[in-house]
Amino acid sequence: MRPILMKGHERPLTFLKYNREGDLLFSCAKDHNPTVWFADNGERLGTYRGHNGAVWCCDVSRDSMLLITASADQSVKLWNVQTGAQLFTFNFNSPARSVDFSVGDKLAVITTDPFMGVTSAINVKSIAEDPSQQSGESVLTITGPTGRINRAVWGSLNKTIISAGEDSVVRIWDSETGKLLKESDPEVGHKKPITSLTKSADGSHFLTGSLDKSAKLWDTRTLTLIKTYATERPVNAVTMSPLLDHVVLGGGQDASSVTTTDHRAGKFEAKFYDKVLQEEIGGVKGHFGPINALAFNPDGKSFSSGGEDGYVRLHHFDPDYFNIKI
Amino acid sequence: MSVDISAKPSKLRWGELDEDDGEDLDFLLPPKQVIGPDDNGIKKVIEYKFNDDGNKIKITTTTRVRKLAKARLSKRAVERRNWPKFGDAVHEDVGSRLTMVSTEEILLERPRAPGTKADEAKMAGDNLAQLGKGGAVLMVCRTCGKKGDHWTSRCPYKDLAQPPETFIDKPAATETAMAASGATKGAYVPPSMRAGAERTTGSDMRRRNEENSVRVTNLSEDTREPDLLELFRTFGHVSRVYVAIDQKTGVSRGFGFVNFVSKEDAERAINKLNGYGYDNLILRVEWATPRSN
Repeated sequence: MRPILMKGHERPLTFLKYNREGDLLFSCAKDHNPTVWFADNGERLGTYRGHNGAVWCCDVSRDSMLLITASADQSVKLWNVQTGAQLFTFNFNSPARSVDFSVGDKLAVITTDPFMGVTSAINVKSIAEDPSQQSGESVLTITGPTGRINRAVWGSLNKTIISAGEDSVVRIWDSETGKLLKESDPEVGHKKPITSLTKSADGSHFLTGSLDKSAKLWDTRTLTLIKTYATERPVNAVTMSPLLDHVVLGGGQDASSVTTTDHRAGKFEAKFYDKVLQEEIGGVKGHFGPINALAFNPDGKSFSSGGEDGYVRLHHFDPDYFNIKI
Repeated sequence: MSVDISAKPSKLRWGELDEDDGEDLDFLLPPKQVIGPDDNGIKKVIEYKFNDDGNKIKITTTTRVRKLAKARLSKRAVERRNWPKFGDAVHEDVGSRLTMVSTEEILLERPRAPGTKADEAKMAGDNLAQLGKGGAVLMVCRTCGKKGDHWTSRCPYKDLAQPPETFIDKPAATETAMAASGATKGAYVPPSMRAGAERTTGSDMRRRNEENSVRVTNLSEDTREPDLLELFRTFGHVSRVYVAIDQKTGVSRGFGFVNFVSKEDAERAINKLNGYGYDNLILRVEWATPRSN
């Protein structure tokens, strides 16, 4: 395949997200402008100007009309996807790390970093249908985990919130009361900070990637470990194919040591694993920095990766990808 | 793209042109034409311009509009396709080339050749099993060319054949293999009776010869096979060393191959020796990619 290279960002990529139909691709980077691209040919549709710091995460509503972005400028903003107009700003007193819309887009979970004496927190905000009626009040605030909470997503039926972060523990919280329901077993869990978390298409299981050079597949309901995928580099980004039983891990050596070592040693590949057999299927090379973000098109026929090198690479699979045998 | 220079200066005179040089003469040009895209997706854009010499040139740009996939787009997605650009994308100049198609063909690189199984890789770790198996393949008599019957040193036709010019490493490799065969000699099982022997042995043999093969490039011209063996021996049993020599000049071509008995050893050698300074050159050591036939 010949990937499409998109060079819209001037700084390392942090997050990638497709909308539900898979025709738009949203990219966040450490420069201040989240960008939306057409996912078929990589043409830039627009940028969302207004943030004043690195943008760490984003999510798009089911109808592809509302975009929410979390930024290190201590704010979370709501945008009109079509026009790029800013609709609302939630202000926090520490950098916002991740956002996720609930099923139905009525709620959003936002995590904030520990900063200047403020501890990290998971905030639930209600999202008004009419942006002019939007309030900045939190419905629920959960504190407890130490260190950054790198990702928090909604569990099934919005009843739970799954969080993972620097303390390398996956936690499931009650989204109504904020009570801690389950914690991952430290015996089998990650040994180093968890960098990423993705739910499967049906939400029945999710995948976490960690700096301990592994990715783990968990059951959403019981938080039991299902599979472990071992690799030889820290994992920065994970994603799962909605079509095939494939798991993709992205990572690479620490960004600070990239320039001091041979590029071949970096292993900046997106590694494909068989979800069930835990065996490596192959690697897709191309980035010349660690991969920070990965996203699978909801149709499962293409995926994109964003790297520390500032490029988004959009890969449309060759037909033979779909009958790979191990 | 093709550029036709129509030499006829039309109504315009050369002299006139020089006078009002720099002035906008675009009104003299025929309008831009866009033809297509037709059924084959061929789109033609015809533009007229003045070049530096004042000649009128016709620029025909032929592009092929191709759909990337037979995408069944939803109505909303089709609608979104026509959304106007916003933000920084509005003032994007055509030359900025934010989106490019990679000039490089990127493949999903398989860690193993398709069809090979992981347990074979594990088998390579099991030294004895590997050697027992490998013995069947390694046992090729270089004197008479008979496979799997006897070692070169025990060849019954040894005295008849001219002793070939062998390198030092080759007997060493044979010895290694000999020792291995010695270890398993007590319970020799013919290859055809061994576990996993139902595979077609012919193709299996060929592949095994290429297994655990390490390519060494950027060798100095003075490096010979014994030198390479010396270098790689420290990592484990080496079954073959080969340095490519130019047939005409007899000078080393700067690359060679080393086969290891076990995969782990090969891996360690790659990790240690890739980027290793050898004879004031920096070695590049990597897995040899199997020949595509």
